[in-house]
Amino acid sequence: MKEATMSKVSVLELKKTISNIGNEKSKAIVMAMLLPFIGLIVFLLLWSATAKNIDTSLGQFPGPAQVYEQSTTLVNEHFKEREKAEAFYERQQERNEARMKVDPNFEPKIRPYTGKPTFFDQIWTSLYTVMIGFLIASVIAVPIGILCGLSEKAYAAINPLIQIFKPVSPLAWLPLVTMVVSAVYVTDDPMFSKSFLTSAFTVTLCCLWPTLINTAVGVSNISSDLVNVSRVLRLNKLDHVFKIVLPSSIPMIFTGLRLSLGIGWMVLIAAEMLAQNPGLGKFVWDEFQNGSSDSLARIMVAVLVIGVIGFLLDRIMLMVQKFVSWDKNAVLR
Amino acid sequence: MIDLDAKHLELTKVGIEFPTPKGPFCALRDVDLKIAKGEFVSLIGHSGCGKSTVLNIVAGLYQATTGGVLLDNKEVNEPGPERAVVFQNHSLLPWLSAYENVELAVKQVFKGKMSKQEMKDWVNHNLELVHMTHAAHKRPDEISGGMKQRVGIARALAMQPKVLLMDEPFGALDALTRAHLQDSLMEIHQELGNTVIMITHDVDEAVLLSDRIVMMTNGPAATVGEILKIDLERPRERLALADNPQYNHYRHEVLTFLYEKQRKVEPVATKKANTEKKGKEVA
Repeated sequence: MKEATMSKVSVLELKKTISNIGNEKSKAIVMAMLLPFIGLIVFLLLWSATAKNIDTSLGQFPGPAQVYEQSTTLVNEHFKEREKAEAFYERQQERNEARMKVDPNFEPKIRPYTGKPTFFDQIWTSLYTVMIGFLIASVIAVPIGILCGLSEKAYAAINPLIQIFKPVSPLAWLPLVTMVVSAVYVTDDPMFSKSFLTSAFTVTLCCLWPTLINTAVGVSNISSDLVNVSRVLRLNKLDHVFKIVLPSSIPMIFTGLRLSLGIGWMVLIAAEMLAQNPGLGKFVWDEFQNGSSDSLARIMVAVLVIGVIGFLLDRIMLMVQKFVSWDKNAVLR
Repeated sequence: MIDLDAKHLELTKVGIEFPTPKGPFCALRDVDLKIAKGEFVSLIGHSGCGKSTVLNIVAGLYQATTGGVLLDNKEVNEPGPERAVVFQNHSLLPWLSAYENVELAVKQVFKGKMSKQEMKDWVNHNLELVHMTHAAHKRPDEISGGMKQRVGIARALAMQPKVLLMDEPFGALDALTRAHLQDSLMEIHQELGNTVIMITHDVDEAVLLSDRIVMMTNGPAATVGEILKIDLERPRERLALADNPQYNHYRHEVLTFLYEKQRKVEPVATKKANTEKKGKEVA
């Protein structure tokens, strides 16, 4: 069936190509769609051919078909788990109502469902964590970057620290962050779980540097003519930053933010695997430990999903940049 | 017409040194210049002779090492809107429209002194002065080089400066556009009577626009070489002046200064002769 849809698509493509001969623009569009499509097909063929020849202790390496099958299984598991949860809450409700009838003074308690988080729960956890970590990092890094770009003294003071901490692997931070979070974040009614904070702060520590450095470079490279305009107008420091510095360094700030988010996403998966914090990393690790014959295919689904999400996050940042940037004609890639 | 004894802008023994790894480099020495209110003065000289440095010192963007600048008997030691600058490459903020670029200056200078409506009218008035009303809402990358420079002039005029400083304002424009802008500038100067200091490379431009031409010697340690007073009736007509003997005399004066007295590049023939002579001496 898959084969059939594929050939249908290529026939459509072919028809399009023929009807548009001579039309340069449509030709370019067809090429832009056709070439990635060909690339994808070649990749899938190579993958399935290679996978057949790799035998692991958990069975054959999964090819595209097995991975597709597992992805549908994961979707089904998610809906089953949701139904279970709903059923659980319904039962609780019924029980509480029944007890209320007998004893009007009874105060009903709702116990949360404690089922295993599904693949989609883990995706959501990871996304949420990376966004929070990234936001904290950006809120810290952009102002410090602007300061470093504006003042050579501040840059000289902060630069050695940046250079030392920038190459540190996030996983080296992880034990420290874990211990500090458990020591400092002590409440009876925690708003966030400790594992969430640990992951988010680890992401923050790695997201800081690209944004900081790129912002500093962007700010220090503002055209001296624009700075002179600001001086002649006697703009105060705040106006100078908001009316001159920020608009002209937006492209560099966003380059930094996109690098940061990309790094943050990679770091998060690793941190979740290592620290067993909920998220996609934990899903991968659990499947690996589980060691069933489906595990490798399920991990492969996770790998693809991680890749697609990373790509989408970057695209979203690009869209935000397009929205914020004053230069709508600039080619952004 | 213009009272040259009136002290409006006074440069006294202005000199500046820039630190370099090989020790301080003296770019300007003993620049003395008195400019009357409403006067149009051009600074002319070869590249690298420190014309822009003089302008930047008057603007307050550079600090003189020796001597100083007085504007209405007050020392100039920082940039400010009363000495508005028209930069060579327009320096408009590329993310703002022509209107917003002028508005930024107006809001900054007249904050609390004008109502919102007055500010709006003032911005529009200045755009009208440079004939840019039709493109007020276009951004710099959507208009031509000449139009950008017009907006740059409008922004500077909108600050109601005591002195208008122009750093080769038309240097990057083609000859026709430049002529248009020169005419506009003469018109505006006639109407508003601003004091203007303009840097230029262009002898015709200097003679056409100026009341006085300040010719600078070559650096290092450049200074004022000669000052030429241009006594031509205003308003001046570019075409009529082309055949005017007085005009041509002034042109000739400036050219003589630039290409004989302050010749920067040796003509190839003499250079060759010199090296041949040297070669013979060695032999």
